[in-house]
Amino acid sequence: MRLGLMIDVDNCVGCHACAVACKSWNTSGTTGPLTDYMPHGEEPSGVWFNRIRHYEVGSYPDDNTVNLPMSCFHCKDADCVTVCPTGASWKREEDGIVLVDQDKCMGCNLCAWACPYGARELDRASGTMKKCTLCVDRIYDEALPPEERLPACVIVCPTHARLFGDYDDPDSEVSRRSRERNGYVMLPELGYEPTNQYLPPRSRPAIPIDELQARRQGPSTLPERLRRWVNRAIAR
Amino acid sequence: MKPALSLILFTVSSGAGLGLFMLLVLVNGLGIGPAMAPGEVMAAGILALALTVVGLVSSTLHLANPRNAIKAFNRFRSSWLSREGVLSLLFFPFALAYLVGVWSGGDAPPAWAQGAGIVALLLAAATVFSTGMIYASLKPIRQWHNPLVPAGYLLMGLATGGVLLSAVRVFGGAAPGPLTALTAGLLLAGGLLKLIYYFWIGRPAGPTLNAAIGFTGRRAHLLDVGHGHGTFLTEEFGHAIGPRASLVLRTFALVAGFLVPLLLLIALGSGDASPMVLGVLVVLSAFAGVLVERWLFLVEGRHVVNLYHGAQRT
Repeated sequence: MRLGLMIDVDNCVGCHACAVACKSWNTSGTTGPLTDYMPHGEEPSGVWFNRIRHYEVGSYPDDNTVNLPMSCFHCKDADCVTVCPTGASWKREEDGIVLVDQDKCMGCNLCAWACPYGARELDRASGTMKKCTLCVDRIYDEALPPEERLPACVIVCPTHARLFGDYDDPDSEVSRRSRERNGYVMLPELGYEPTNQYLPPRSRPAIPIDELQARRQGPSTLPERLRRWVNRAIAR
Repeated sequence: MKPALSLILFTVSSGAGLGLFMLLVLVNGLGIGPAMAPGEVMAAGILALALTVVGLVSSTLHLANPRNAIKAFNRFRSSWLSREGVLSLLFFPFALAYLVGVWSGGDAPPAWAQGAGIVALLLAAATVFSTGMIYASLKPIRQWHNPLVPAGYLLMGLATGGVLLSAVRVFGGAAPGPLTALTAGLLLAGGLLKLIYYFWIGRPAGPTLNAAIGFTGRRAHLLDVGHGHGTFLTEEFGHAIGPRASLVLRTFALVAGFLVPLLLLIALGSGDASPMVLGVLVVLSAFAGVLVERWLFLVEGRHVVNLYHGAQRT
């Protein structure tokens, strides 16, 4: 098994609900707490397993807003595990989940340096490295109803932009969608072979703005010119 | 990358200490220059071990959870950091055996001491190489993922060790002789290597922001980084310096770390000026230069995460 997440960039609206749900679940989960530093101070900061960044690709009018949630990709060739001197970082053979044993970590930061995706964050309170567990304490929990045995971020996503599944199984939903929609991984040239994939936005024509621009210039009838003059005068 | 003082002190101090021990075994074993008195060997040996210990202790200050530091020896089969720890610990018994042998044997140390010295030399070289490989094995930082990095750590450890050994010989009253020529050669090689390294990392390379987010074609830029204030990632990877500061500091590192010590050693070899003053100056200049070089090496490493935070290139 090779469990991982899939993010449909076409659907993601960048609401950060996945990050909040992740923090909410995991702060009392197996690697919790996810310490906050001065949460009510002037510069609140803290440990998160999932961060969402927003980009503009292209320039107006031919542009896209791209929201990219990023958490641990549970790489096949995970350097964070290779460089770890204590054996605290490990990758499970049965499902490929990369975890940090909080009882072994000495907080040297080397695994965070080795990760190109910024998936690992040191908790200054415990002095140990923390990261996405793929909700290992949810997905195998038989006390939960089967439909809830999913990572917290996947359950909460309001646009169904997040999927969870086994990439080794060619018939799983993630494998199928990856084939249909040309799923891609981030920075494959570095050779980490990330498990998590992203689905690129569907191509659709740019929103036509000719009409808008024509209307903005408008006919030069007297009432229209008067209206524009009034608008400018009020704007001043 | 964050230029952590503990790492700068560790790599400079341990590098010089291990380099000094390597050269001590070579100079004493091969009889380079006038024969070393046992007192001189002891002084250099104890200085080498003290610098190495200071460096290793400093490295533990970098740990956020030093209680688990003992576990760092567990993964020597895969981790360069673990290898460095194991090799540096193995170095000490052989180094001590060598010094004890020289102390007890006088002018003709016993064969077992010579053997221990050679093993200590190899372990010291392997330790410094491992330090370099810790950085060179990190693919996300292209300025570190470079074969010149471990070579540079070895050369600079040997050069600063040579500077220290020259100073010890001067204070012991002996003319260092061929040792100054050897050290000058190491300084020249180290300086040239850093020059090549600076040109190498100056070439545009590595992924762009577009490549990092997987959108090729139209140019991408950051709209919002998603966090209000600093995170672990910005604190650890967000450090950088401007091109002008970089040029000034690189020049200082090359001049103070390599050029000035080289000229002082030539002056020392010609024997015109006071050797004691030159001996102190050469050590001060070399260490000031190498400390700045190490600070620059850390701060000029640009992690790929900076692309996701909006940088167009690393």
